[in-house]
Amino acid sequence: MLRNSVGEMMAKSFVHPYIPNSIPKIKKDMMKQIGIQNIEELYADVPRKFRLKKKLNLPNFMSEHEVKRFIETLLSKNVTSQEMPTFLGAGCWPHYVPAVVEEIIQRTELLTSYTPYQPEISQGMLQVLFEYQSMICEITGMEVANSSMYDWASALGEAVRMAARLTKRTEALIPTIIHPERAKTLQTYSDPVGIHIHSVDYDSETGQLDIEDLKTKISKNTAAVYIENPTYLGFVEAQVKEIAEEAKDHESKFIVGVDPTSLGVLKPPSEYGADIVIGEGQPLGIPMNYGGPFLGIFACRDDMRMIRQMPGSIVGMTTTMDETKRGFCNALQTRQQHIRREKATSNICTNEALCAVAAAVYLASLGPKGLKELGETIISKTQYAMRLLSEIRGIKTPVFKSPHFKEFTVNFDDTGKTIKEIHEKLLQRRIHGGKKIVEEFPELGETALYCTTEVHSKDDIDFLSNALEKIIGEDES
Amino acid sequence: MFKQARWKEPVIFELGHLGRRGHILPPVEKEIQQVVGDPKNQIPEKIRRQTSPRLPELSEVEVMRHYIRLSQMNYCVDLGLYPLGSCTMKYNPKINEKIAKLPQVTSIHPYQDRKTVQGILEILYKLSHWLAEITGTYEVNLQPAAGAHGEFLGALIMRTHHKFNNEDKIRTELIVPDSAHGTNPASGTMAGFNVVVVPSDEDGCVDLRALKDAVSERTAGLMLTNPNTLGIFEKNIEDITEIVHDAGGLLYYDGANLNAILGKVRPGDMGFDIVHMNIHKTFGTPHGGGGPGAGPVGVSEELAKFLPVPTVAFDGEWYYLDYNKPYSIGNIRGFYGNVGVLVKAFTYILSLGAEGLEEIAEISVLNTNYLMKKLEEIGSYELPYAKGRPRKHECVFSAKKLNKEKRIRALHISKRILDNGLHSPTTYFPLIVEEALMIEPTESFEREELDRFVGVMKKIAEEANENPNEVLQAPKNTAVNRLDEAKASHPKTMVLSWKMHLKKTTSS
Ligand SMILES: Cc1ncc(COP(=O)(O)O)c(C=O)c1O
Repeated sequence: MLRNSVGEMMAKSFVHPYIPNSIPKIKKDMMKQIGIQNIEELYADVPRKFRLKKKLNLPNFMSEHEVKRFIETLLSKNVTSQEMPTFLGAGCWPHYVPAVVEEIIQRTELLTSYTPYQPEISQGMLQVLFEYQSMICEITGMEVANSSMYDWASALGEAVRMAARLTKRTEALIPTIIHPERAKTLQTYSDPVGIHIHSVDYDSETGQLDIEDLKTKISKNTAAVYIENPTYLGFVEAQVKEIAEEAKDHESKFIVGVDPTSLGVLKPPSEYGADIVIGEGQPLGIPMNYGGPFLGIFACRDDMRMIRQMPGSIVGMTTTMDETKRGFCNALQTRQQHIRREKATSNICTNEALCAVAAAVYLASLGPKGLKELGETIISKTQYAMRLLSEIRGIKTPVFKSPHFKEFTVNFDDTGKTIKEIHEKLLQRRIHGGKKIVEEFPELGETALYCTTEVHSKDDIDFLSNALEKIIGEDES
Repeated sequence: MFKQARWKEPVIFELGHLGRRGHILPPVEKEIQQVVGDPKNQIPEKIRRQTSPRLPELSEVEVMRHYIRLSQMNYCVDLGLYPLGSCTMKYNPKINEKIAKLPQVTSIHPYQDRKTVQGILEILYKLSHWLAEITGTYEVNLQPAAGAHGEFLGALIMRTHHKFNNEDKIRTELIVPDSAHGTNPASGTMAGFNVVVVPSDEDGCVDLRALKDAVSERTAGLMLTNPNTLGIFEKNIEDITEIVHDAGGLLYYDGANLNAILGKVRPGDMGFDIVHMNIHKTFGTPHGGGGPGAGPVGVSEELAKFLPVPTVAFDGEWYYLDYNKPYSIGNIRGFYGNVGVLVKAFTYILSLGAEGLEEIAEISVLNTNYLMKKLEEIGSYELPYAKGRPRKHECVFSAKKLNKEKRIRALHISKRILDNGLHSPTTYFPLIVEEALMIEPTESFEREELDRFVGVMKKIAEEANENPNEVLQAPKNTAVNRLDEAKASHPKTMVLSWKMHLKKTTSS
């Protein structure tokens, strides 16, 4: 028996604030207009056999105030980075989000609009996205950027696939020092189309890419050489020219992954020969959100062959038909799934547009000077933290002799304590230490990856340093 | 009469003044400065940036004004009906935004110790179970960032399943109906399959005979949405699942159209093995002008071992992230999913409960059939396929007749709708309808607003006869008149960034 007998249907008087036509009189009128007596008639073609014969096992509906109280109670079990100095990074970084950014991404006109399929009535979103693309081009030095990918990891997958299509080759070289989730995502994106991923070693002193190893691994099958700057472990890769030349000599595409907050102080990848630049846009005004939504950056050179192979939507500037006014619309849609279907460059449809809006507002607010100061501030904080911590007996930081930006490795081998012990003790003092990378890089011993940005005050860093000193000095006997 | 704002708003690079600042960072403490010295010296010259990026220089006031003006040139759900078929443009409750903005959501790091994130883990754990209940699946994974990302994951699960059975070398074909959304075939290719297209029958549903001919030992699976993109329920769903399963393939459910069947019939019960949900459609999270969304994927018990790591688990005391899935397909992204979006879906489900979700299904279907009836009465728009059968979440009209008689195409109609202060339906999709106008009202709009849309469609039909130029020259009341979209894509005229614009204008 179906639960929704006519009587029950009629008796139901569920008027919900989100459903204006849920009042019985309107429902009845509308049903009359379409010539039915019961909404069930609209489901008559659903085989009875499959009809749900019970009520969904979900909580009963709550009023807004109850919902708020309920969720706030649940969320009170979280400890935020505002309540506890947190030194975690590894691809998700704490940064200050200016109030204008928050304000603009909550503008309902942008927030509650769809992908701008009707450009004339969606100029606002389109222009913001065009400006976002343009600002990404300015900081990376590239000429074309799309209006977003899901995140850095998926952007890497798409970039390597794009390089494979362009070169018709089936191998890609990546550094050994890379975020394991990013490397695994790349693997997932590459496997189905037969792209093989090989890792290039690093110099154990400096962490820099081992150029000799690169030379032995690169070949006429190499579709792409990928590096990151700064690297996953926080240091700067300085041999970019040499790596670019190797890629160029073998006609492989050179892909560079960036943390965009470094681009006020680090050379834009265009200046050292990058063909494709990807990265994580989260630090540009997007909160950590427990890991998402983020913003995949994707940019390339002004080369028609490359542009035609780009994934995702790209907004272009155009004019009205009568050429009297400037306007914006999606460009080159023949690359995309809604037109090209199985031959599309990617399946991406919904992207991270509103995060791109945040990044645009963020970059416009900072300006060239602000971006540079941000980079310098981060370097100063990181330098200070490394120097302070390296004074603690038994701690070695950074592990690699290279310049660092935002993140750094801290090795505890000589403290006689495990990272786990140290982490627990820091937590007791309401400090969250860095990410343990022992499983990822066993060759580095008891090592953690720490992160400092402009949000970490000197007091925060001193607090961490004092705590570590005490913890390491404890029960020494 | 509707008039959208027409600010002559320059591109941001044309605004501002050298030296203006929109945001100032806290200064580096003196003591740190003393210890570190000039931070520039930390970066070797050869990797140091020499010239500043040409970012705009604006005060905070100008930044705000620029974006507010731009926002006023953007239509949105809070302004009125947004009947884009397949997109489920429903109301986005404001409480969801408030919750997602709490620091206990925004200011937690994905690698925090589980002791410090029990709240969010519990929310994700419960949400995944609720979504499993709603879809009739065994386990739901919250990682995919959007529907298409879920499709990619689903296709990979198919692949891995066949590999597990040592059949991946043979099972290389993914079947999609000709009415499918573009992401379905595109996701198939992404996952390395050859895409096989099956035609629809005269009812707009999967042609069973063609499906029987299409399946073979090479079949990896079928991707289907039900109700389909015409808004018609595939009533032969049992035969379809049987044909595909008998051939050894798996069934994938594209959940873009789930809104119509919430609490009525579940994909898992219909025989689907893998299901994605578009959180930004069915579960009321805003579409953000293109994203972010979320596309959780639910699977049958047999396939659960292939889901990506980590999953949120509960050991009776602690919620935690479980990485122990040796057969997992691996990672499809960094971290665990679009948590900031998922929290809104959690809020939404609580705000509606089981009863409310079912009411959503009913009213969205009622609204569709009401609109359909009223639009049919106008007489100028034809409703192809399955005469007399109700539609579910959407209905698809054809402007074939107006095109033939008056050269007025779906494109023109859609532009003229904009002139009336409403968003247009989806056009030219699904491909099996000529001059398609695909209309999805959702449950969110009151009858008066639906009537307003019908009134506009009627007026346009009249204009088509009496004053076709009004329609052909639309839109005129939007921020800009009709745009030249071809120009935006032509290599000679294409401008994809401000830098390209400068390059083009200085070289010409
Ligand atoms: C039927 C259908 N399938 C799949 C998708 C893809 O979903 P998403 O945009 O979330 O990637 C859509 C979205 O437009 C759709 O309408």
